[in-house]
Amino acid sequence: MNYGKYERVTSLLSGILMTAAVYSVFFVLPVMKDDSGNALDTSFNIFYFHLPIAIISYIAFTVVFIANVQYLRTREISWDILARSSAEIGLIFAFLVLASGSVWAKHIWGWYWVWEPRLTTSLVLFLVYAVYLLLRNSIDAVESRARLSSVFGIVGFVSVPLSFFSIRLWRSAHPLMFGDSLYGQSGGGLEGTTLQTVLLINVAAFISLYIALLIYKLGNEYLLENIEELKNF
Amino acid sequence: MIKALHIAVKDFRIEAHAKELLNSMLLFSFLILVVFSIAFSELTSSSGNIAMLGAGVLWICFVFAGTLGFSRAFASETQNGAIQALKICPMSPISIYLGKVVFTISIMLIVEAITVILFSILFNYTILSPLFVIVVIGGTIGFASVGVLLSALVQNIKAKEIMLPVLLLPLLVPVLLPAVSATSAIFKGGDLGMITTYLRILFVYDIVFLAVASIVFEYVIED
Amino acid sequence: MMNNLIVAKSIAKKYGRIIAVDNVDLCVKDGEFVAITGPNGAGKSTLLKLLSSSLHPSDGEVLINGVSFSDDRIDIRKEFGVLSHESYLYDDLNAIENLRFFGNMYDMKGIQLEEQIKMLLGETGLWKRATDRVSTFSRGMKQRLSFARALIHDPKVLFLDEPFSGLDPGASKIIEQLLIKKSSTTRLLVTHNIEFAISICDRILVMDAGRLVADFESKDESVRETISQICGIDACV
Repeated sequence: MNYGKYERVTSLLSGILMTAAVYSVFFVLPVMKDDSGNALDTSFNIFYFHLPIAIISYIAFTVVFIANVQYLRTREISWDILARSSAEIGLIFAFLVLASGSVWAKHIWGWYWVWEPRLTTSLVLFLVYAVYLLLRNSIDAVESRARLSSVFGIVGFVSVPLSFFSIRLWRSAHPLMFGDSLYGQSGGGLEGTTLQTVLLINVAAFISLYIALLIYKLGNEYLLENIEELKNF
Repeated sequence: MIKALHIAVKDFRIEAHAKELLNSMLLFSFLILVVFSIAFSELTSSSGNIAMLGAGVLWICFVFAGTLGFSRAFASETQNGAIQALKICPMSPISIYLGKVVFTISIMLIVEAITVILFSILFNYTILSPLFVIVVIGGTIGFASVGVLLSALVQNIKAKEIMLPVLLLPLLVPVLLPAVSATSAIFKGGDLGMITTYLRILFVYDIVFLAVASIVFEYVIED
Repeated sequence: MMNNLIVAKSIAKKYGRIIAVDNVDLCVKDGEFVAITGPNGAGKSTLLKLLSSSLHPSDGEVLINGVSFSDDRIDIRKEFGVLSHESYLYDDLNAIENLRFFGNMYDMKGIQLEEQIKMLLGETGLWKRATDRVSTFSRGMKQRLSFARALIHDPKVLFLDEPFSGLDPGASKIIEQLLIKKSSTTRLLVTHNIEFAISICDRILVMDAGRLVADFESKDESVRETISQICGIDACV
């Protein structure tokens, strides 16, 4: 399969969007002010990367789940290739969620890590898919690797939303670290729309980055498949 | 589903002859308790401290002993390839799964009951509460439903002894958290009202995982 | 008029790129004793697994006694039993417990099951060891008990996957006699032992690289020559 054209188009697109996103975060965004007019810390800007990254990791793992189910139904190896490609990208983004979150947390709260629902769920998500890839590595036979990892992927995906609910309960006695005051308290309406636009550009940029990475990864995986096929002759 | 019970009974019969699973799980669980009572020897003098530690200590025992049990859950089936014969018996693969789950839950409950008795002796702290029993049963069902599935899953992969606990623990977060929290609330004298939400999550998890695992089990034993 | 008990319609099994069974068509008549032979990795065992419903085919369908697996995967399984080189027994149960368990799995119970167990243990000469644990049995005895296990529900078809491997000549002779005696049962035997296949089977199928490449009556003179062409000289020894 030839992915060359799509690779170029999507990487060009995500290059442009990423430049726009970075530029908008650092140069377009107005200084945020709280209700009493004091300038808020600019560390909040990391939020414009943090949120899209989190969204991408969820999208990537949803793609893994769908590919897992489809593999078990159809036994087409291409679904398995999609699952492993998306899982690897998703894992990187899940790690970046934790990393960017920690940096931000250190700045705001003074700690890198707090046992708080959203953080703990992100950690569980990261662990489930790290283990998913570990499981894939430990099985050599192509067919059973695809089949068994699909089963694990399905069960793992189902367990994450449940983790979220149980973790929420677990910490419900504690005050939520993410107060409303941090989210989107902007001054005037004009600034509000700027914030939304910047956020939107960032989300779009990361989505196109995900698609570009996925296409690259798929292209590589298919090349690898072709090499294996040629070796067998 | 009568066949699931036959499979569970068969496993009990094997266990009655071989006696390897129950003994090693009990001994292991006991050893963990001993390690904890040594490690926390300075804290165990007051019952207030034990109420704080108890939930964690007990669930760590349950999880470790359970994981030990899962690593052997399919040993009898793979020893001479008996699973191959079961697969072509006139029944749904779900029966095999449920039979194994019933057996594993029963074995774990026996181990857990004895562990709790040992705990009250070693830590001089008695917990006699029907709520505690419900929480333990709920946790064990969820634990076993995932454990049996993964135990079957690792049968054909290399380094299965290492892989099983690694695969199991991330998936167990949604059962461990409510179970430990509810147990700890009971230790501190909580009543049903305080743990209803935990119980709800616990049993939702049990149902969801039994259902999902029943569906996908067929793909695990295929080879 | 003998009808076709087992029918396979262009079944295939693919594992990713690897094609284990490639478009096999097969008919086996009621009461026939058919041998499937071929070099290692030809897909013989996979074919047997497809026919015994323990694998789903990637393509095509299997009918046993006119019923397709895609219509009925549960009750149809009462029609056949499998004897393999692995015993499929529980080492920590005794002979009777093993047979009783598998009988239960085939919806048998009570007197009828006990009678069947007694009959099979007598037939396989294991009656004296009936209450001993299987772990104390020799390889040959395990295989005889496994034979009893495969026949516990009195199946119409018996699938045999290298049942003689690892057995000494005496033990294989016993299994061989037991197989010959079951003349009313349709038997499908995967084996490397071509001389044996020629001497006791009615029909010989040869597989190579997932395909069915030859189909002989065992009296046919050209059997040996063709097989050694396909499998290499060693296979015929």
